[in-house]
Amino acid sequence: MEPLTRVEGRAIPLGLKNVDTDIIIPAKWLKTISREGLGQGAFEVLRAEPGNVFDDPAYQGAPILIAGDNYGCGSSREHAAWAMLDLGIRVVIAPSFSDIHSGNAVKNGILPVVLPQEAVDRLLEVAREGLAITVDLEAQTVTTPYQDRFTFELDPFRRHCLLNGLDEVGLTMARGEAIGGFEASRTAAQPWLMRGTAA
Amino acid sequence: MASRPRTLYEKIWDAHVVETRDDGTALIYIDRHLVHEVTSPQAFEALKVAGRPVRRPELTLAVPDHNLPTTPRVDGGGRPVPIADPESAAQLAALEVNAPAFGIRYIPATAKEQGIVHVVGPEQGFSLPGTTIVCGDSHTACHGGLGALAFGIGTSEVEHVLATQTLLLQQSKPMEVRVEGDLGPGVSAKDLILHIIGRIGAAGGSGYVIEYKGKVFERMTIEERLTVCNMSIEAGARAGLIAPDDVTFAYLKGRPMAPKGAEWDAAVAYWRTLHSDEGAVFAKSVTINAADVEPSVTWGTSPEDVVPIGGRVPHPEDFADESKRVAAQKSLDYMGLVPGTPMIEVRIENVFIGSCTNSRIEDLRAAAAILKGRRKADNVKWAIVVPGSGLVKAMAEEEGLDRIFIEAGFEWREPGCSACLGMNPDKVPAGERCASTSNRNFVGRQGPGARTHLVSPAMAAAAAVTGRLTDVREFV
Ligand code: SF4
Repeated sequence: MEPLTRVEGRAIPLGLKNVDTDIIIPAKWLKTISREGLGQGAFEVLRAEPGNVFDDPAYQGAPILIAGDNYGCGSSREHAAWAMLDLGIRVVIAPSFSDIHSGNAVKNGILPVVLPQEAVDRLLEVAREGLAITVDLEAQTVTTPYQDRFTFELDPFRRHCLLNGLDEVGLTMARGEAIGGFEASRTAAQPWLMRGTAA
Repeated sequence: MASRPRTLYEKIWDAHVVETRDDGTALIYIDRHLVHEVTSPQAFEALKVAGRPVRRPELTLAVPDHNLPTTPRVDGGGRPVPIADPESAAQLAALEVNAPAFGIRYIPATAKEQGIVHVVGPEQGFSLPGTTIVCGDSHTACHGGLGALAFGIGTSEVEHVLATQTLLLQQSKPMEVRVEGDLGPGVSAKDLILHIIGRIGAAGGSGYVIEYKGKVFERMTIEERLTVCNMSIEAGARAGLIAPDDVTFAYLKGRPMAPKGAEWDAAVAYWRTLHSDEGAVFAKSVTINAADVEPSVTWGTSPEDVVPIGGRVPHPEDFADESKRVAAQKSLDYMGLVPGTPMIEVRIENVFIGSCTNSRIEDLRAAAAILKGRRKADNVKWAIVVPGSGLVKAMAEEEGLDRIFIEAGFEWREPGCSACLGMNPDKVPAGERCASTSNRNFVGRQGPGARTHLVSPAMAAAAAVTGRLTDVREFV
């Protein structure tokens, strides 16, 4: 996973609320067994509309997406994060995100930035002017050429993983001993919990 | 442990903390992991590339469901029928190879135990009260109906669970949805959960785990509780829970993967401690009066777009907030609906009875009770019933429900996700409407351009008979 420290560039001013993961990547694209190439199907339904922001030359290759409340709700498909990444999106700014999708985003090196609606509205205005926005994960700020400056929160572990491009699976495997200890006391006290399909 | 009164969610959480980190996240042990073909191939691939084994193969169960066509799976000679779509076939083949290669129990498409993951887990006794259950599918919340902490995860997390049997999580906040009183006649568990989502909104449970409380839930069967918890995610909640009780224990006893003998007794004794303590504090509480709940139906493209069947298509101006007005207009355009139209005048061309929300035996019985001796209307072009598992299908056939459906003009299919999502051949044609017992009315969910109205199984059956959205109470 690629580390993310600072992203500067234009932002796609989507602004839409309740953008579900079926909108980000429709089901017919989920039949793949790889993570690559999903950008082709990304936001397909929205892109069918003439004059949509995704195909507007002003926002081609923009690394930031600005959306409304509850971004990424619905299906847990991680394909949504892979599709966004394939489009070159590294940061999504919205007033709120679905839990599952924001987790998926971070695990793929995409930063979800939660800001209040007024801040999001202001950033949408700036984005529509075609100006670059800067997202700094070290400083946890979003800034514009107009000197707007918004700070955001992110849980320290996620921030650490994003800044360093860390693989969570490897980090947890290093805790194997603690997990083994938990399993041993489990097996002694409630053996039926550990039987699963072998019951 | 702590003497502070705890909620059910906190009790299950506490029992699964392997270690807590300084930043407040915790490494949580996962007791049960369900795997299907769509969200797992990239996880298995990553394990292979890194040379990582599956830590506890017996705690994972794999079953294909999303992609499978629901037409017969074996031909006249008993040979498996090949899957026509090459991409679906490749994805299904990947699971069939990956599961045994990593030592995971795999239920093949042709087995009578095959079905939708969220139907199979409880049915096999794999899903148990007080356990943590995950699956790469957001409707995993379903298993909360047994009193399990169950939630959907992404593919990276599937890989994480396979490799470590844990997840790194931030604790959610406990939320209580209390329902007072009793549901009226003809009002089902599905109507109740649609009503709840309409009340609290598609993001109303965001950051929370909901516990459903009140007599209504205590009186529900497990099938009904699974329906309620299934849709918790549509209110934005991570999971939904109903405390386990004697109904739960009776449902689980004797199931193939449930504890047996002395272990069963020990398990039940433990499960009896799993309820929110008197005085436990919820971060958010919502109270709903059961008498206010009517048979419900959705009009838009978010599950929060709910009205009672006696209601009308809303005007975008009815909504206070600007972004909701814009969203409502977009929904109405997509759905091809005119504001002010009574819902009972909305004609439908398709009916789908199935999905992990409503494909269990009781759902099929409720629909069949309405359809018995009746036929679908002529304007209903396509009506299908897709049982949640091979076992549900066999039980329904034993009760003669298949005959009732077929005589009413429905197709009787093999188990799978079917028209719940446009991934297999079962799709609703563009521009047409479907009365559907599934859980999502998103744009394109049932096929590109398809228009979905979410309803209960009995309401879907009633709509099939009249050819329009209908108040099922006219039939009872
Ligand atoms: S039936 Fe629908 S919601 Fe349920 S698991 Fe299958 S696709 Fe997901």
